[in-house]
Amino acid sequence: MSSSLFNGWEVVIGLEVHVQLATRSKIFSGASTATGDEPNRHASLIDLGMPGTLPVVNKEAIRNAVRFGLAINAEIGRRSVFERKNYFYPDLPKGYQTTQLAEPIVGPGEVVIQLDDGSEKTVRIHHAHLEEDAGKSLHEDFHGMTGIDLNRAGTPLIEIVSEPDMGNAEEAVAFARKLHAIVTSIGVCDGDMSQGNMRFDVNISVRRPGEPLGTRTETKNLNSFRFMEKAIKLEVERQIDVLEDGGKIVQETRLYNGDTNTARSMRTKEDANDYRYFPCPDLLPVLVSEEDIEALRAEMPELPDARKARFMDAYQLSDYDAALLASSMATARYFETAADHGGDAKLAANWVMGDLAAKLNAEDLDIAHCPVSAEHLGQLIQRIKDGTISSKIAKQVFEACWAGDGSPDQIIESQGLKQMSDSGELEKIIDQIIADSPAQVEDYRNADDAKRKKKIGYFVGQVMKATQGKANPQQVNELLQEKL
Amino acid sequence: MHNKTLTELKAGLQAKDFSARELTEHFLDRIQARDGELNSFITVTREQALQQADAADQAIAAGDHRLLTGLPIAHKDIFCTEGVRTSCGSRMLDNFIAPYTATVVEKMAGEGAIMLGKTNMDEFAMGSSNETSFYGPVRNPWDTERVPGGSSGGAAASLAARLAPGATGTDTGGSIRQPAALNGVTGLKPTYGRVSRWGMIAFASSLDQAGPLGLSAADCALMLQAMAGHDDKDSTCLNEPVDDYLGGLDQNLDGLRIGVPEEFFPDNLDGAIADNARAAMGELEKQGAKLVKVSLPSIKLSVPAYYVIAPAEASSNLSRFDGVRFGYRCEDPKDLEDLYKRSRSEGFGAEVKRRILVGTYALSAGYYDAYYKRAQQVRRLIRDDFARAFKEVDVLMGPTSPETAFKLGAKADDPVNMYMADVFTIAVNLAGLPALSMPSGFIDGLPAGTQVIGNYFQEGRILNVAHRYQLATDWHQRIPGAFQ
Repeated sequence: MSSSLFNGWEVVIGLEVHVQLATRSKIFSGASTATGDEPNRHASLIDLGMPGTLPVVNKEAIRNAVRFGLAINAEIGRRSVFERKNYFYPDLPKGYQTTQLAEPIVGPGEVVIQLDDGSEKTVRIHHAHLEEDAGKSLHEDFHGMTGIDLNRAGTPLIEIVSEPDMGNAEEAVAFARKLHAIVTSIGVCDGDMSQGNMRFDVNISVRRPGEPLGTRTETKNLNSFRFMEKAIKLEVERQIDVLEDGGKIVQETRLYNGDTNTARSMRTKEDANDYRYFPCPDLLPVLVSEEDIEALRAEMPELPDARKARFMDAYQLSDYDAALLASSMATARYFETAADHGGDAKLAANWVMGDLAAKLNAEDLDIAHCPVSAEHLGQLIQRIKDGTISSKIAKQVFEACWAGDGSPDQIIESQGLKQMSDSGELEKIIDQIIADSPAQVEDYRNADDAKRKKKIGYFVGQVMKATQGKANPQQVNELLQEKL
Repeated sequence: MHNKTLTELKAGLQAKDFSARELTEHFLDRIQARDGELNSFITVTREQALQQADAADQAIAAGDHRLLTGLPIAHKDIFCTEGVRTSCGSRMLDNFIAPYTATVVEKMAGEGAIMLGKTNMDEFAMGSSNETSFYGPVRNPWDTERVPGGSSGGAAASLAARLAPGATGTDTGGSIRQPAALNGVTGLKPTYGRVSRWGMIAFASSLDQAGPLGLSAADCALMLQAMAGHDDKDSTCLNEPVDDYLGGLDQNLDGLRIGVPEEFFPDNLDGAIADNARAAMGELEKQGAKLVKVSLPSIKLSVPAYYVIAPAEASSNLSRFDGVRFGYRCEDPKDLEDLYKRSRSEGFGAEVKRRILVGTYALSAGYYDAYYKRAQQVRRLIRDDFARAFKEVDVLMGPTSPETAFKLGAKADDPVNMYMADVFTIAVNLAGLPALSMPSGFIDGLPAGTQVIGNYFQEGRILNVAHRYQLATDWHQRIPGAFQ
């Protein structure tokens, strides 16, 4: 058990994860799942809940759910049943959500997560079920009224429900990241969390070791791993504070605000709806045959763990580097493209995990939306390798490329950043500097070898200044040593 | 012209004895002149009907004769018809112009049928007397102080009064067969899944089935031929080949085994009703059929099971009528809850509200197992009873309704007594079987009907039985005195 105690309290965390399936059409209608269009453009008769309309299940959504089940070694529900979850809400057009309850498509499975100390832990999956998403209520710009956008209504989701197997925020985030890696690797979800395409609800309770489970709360609206980690820590602290002050935890749903790092109660158990689930009479049970399962298993793409092993083997990457780069399909694909174009996997790995990751993090961007394409990063790496630019200039080129100034080659050309390779010209500059710095030359010549290594830095600096950084530092060093 | 069957009118059109326009105008004029006495239509689509008639005349001139070319049909106002109000007999949809057309209507139009208008019905098909319609009760043309039955009361009354030569209806618990019996016309409820439910406003999805009402079994066969068949838009519509219903009508009844369930002749049944059904079976015996005593012990549970399942599904199906996207919306709602509460309270009538409440209760946490689940178990028992019976016999027969048309208002304050009107028809819906009601005589001047129940997809067989009966009898040709 890697989970530690907090002031003698044991933390118990379970996740419910909504994953938007990357199908072209909705789960029960032929309308497009495209986002970003004007409201209700993709609201078909069925999505509007028009009287007399009927759902027809999207087979690709079924296949995607089975793919996920296979990826987590789950039992696949050979017969799964859609049910109606009844409640009134303006962006829920039919007055019920079509979902699965008693007979879900994906049964118990498991996900292995890697922890920072290098150890592994298995998180059990209780089940995963298919359901439809609701629309959106728009509260702005309607003169006190509410607008309803049903473009998202009917978008297929799988809801993945874990067992309460996580003992702290780090484990929960590792689990969430691993799920992200799995669903993006098998292509059932684009993983874009900024668009809400993966959403996490966290169930948290605390107890003294050995005692029965404490009352849990559910925190919603966690649309980034960073927020998830912060929100869990916040809630764990709150629960421990309440209990240590002699209070009681109220079973409730809490809404986290990432901007202020605060959370508030949204509704308590007393407000909970009676959803009056019953099997949807408009849909037949979904039957999945052994042949269907085997066909999907046969075409299963590479899973994150296999990819990590391949990265270690093919690119000679460390365990840590390979795990990180294999952690999401978008990152892995980016890395592989950059490495292939750049011809240097180690350099590509360093860039992706270093400068690129820092920049994405700083701007809170997903790698899928990175303004520097993997091909361009590859080109940049190539120019470092072939000596066209130095690593230092490369950072400058990268920034320009990020800012949209063009490809690395265009930027190097237009901004005149090409490394000075003409040794004749460089020698002239060096001669001039030596001539202009008699005192420093004298000082250098009187020093011993060890000290010379430090003192040469002055001359290197002067050369770089004179060449605006375009000289190859190694060449400069060699020429200086020779001439001094 | 209005005393002819569809089959006769079809021959007349083909022989160019009259044009489709003449025929259509004749019925439109008759509706205009006489429907004030009956209230069988909610909407008459005169202009559209004449346009369709002209198109039919062109088709006939071009030699394009389809199943229903030029034949005027009245559609129950439960079927969505693009550009035409589709009210479902409710204030809730008084302002609802459907944006699309139901498959049944579309298929019949595709075979050349002309829509005369939309017939009156019990609100959301909930009723057995047509008294729950927002548009007022329909009157029985045999005695305008009496009800026509329901919920397809407008369809049956308009046929009996010869205001339309053919009609569509829907049957959830007897809504085609019971009004057919009370008006002296023939009505067929097909096997569940034989006819598409797309565009038919749902009452209880697992029981609802559309079917034809006509002046003869042959007319029902003609209409069913056009209505039946698979529809990609309805997952519960089965992909079974459609039989040649017309071709099978004449086959003789030698050796036909007619099952007579003792439960259809309980001790407390009105003797005249029992005698009437026995006489009908006696006629078939003369034609070579054999009567076999059978027992369906579980069907005594069918009314209570039905009045759990149907309201449960209805409570969910009718949630979409919330005043948000279409239909009735209350004046000046002060907030969301007020919008919901008042729109639904004001938009729905008493019987609909009663069933929503019953259904909501039956699905509630803590009651689901005792009501809904138990009712589904009863449903399986009933299905098994029928399956056992059909191992011994070809069809089952008995009275359609335990009584002839009752007086308007006679049962208005006694819903349970009203529900018993469907005691012989409901089990058929719970089992999903096909059944028809055919006119089999008169009791005190009011029509009585006999029900013929077939095994799954045996519509052809029961139409054949009814047709042979109608060749030997003339009950189906009787016309109410006032509407000669």
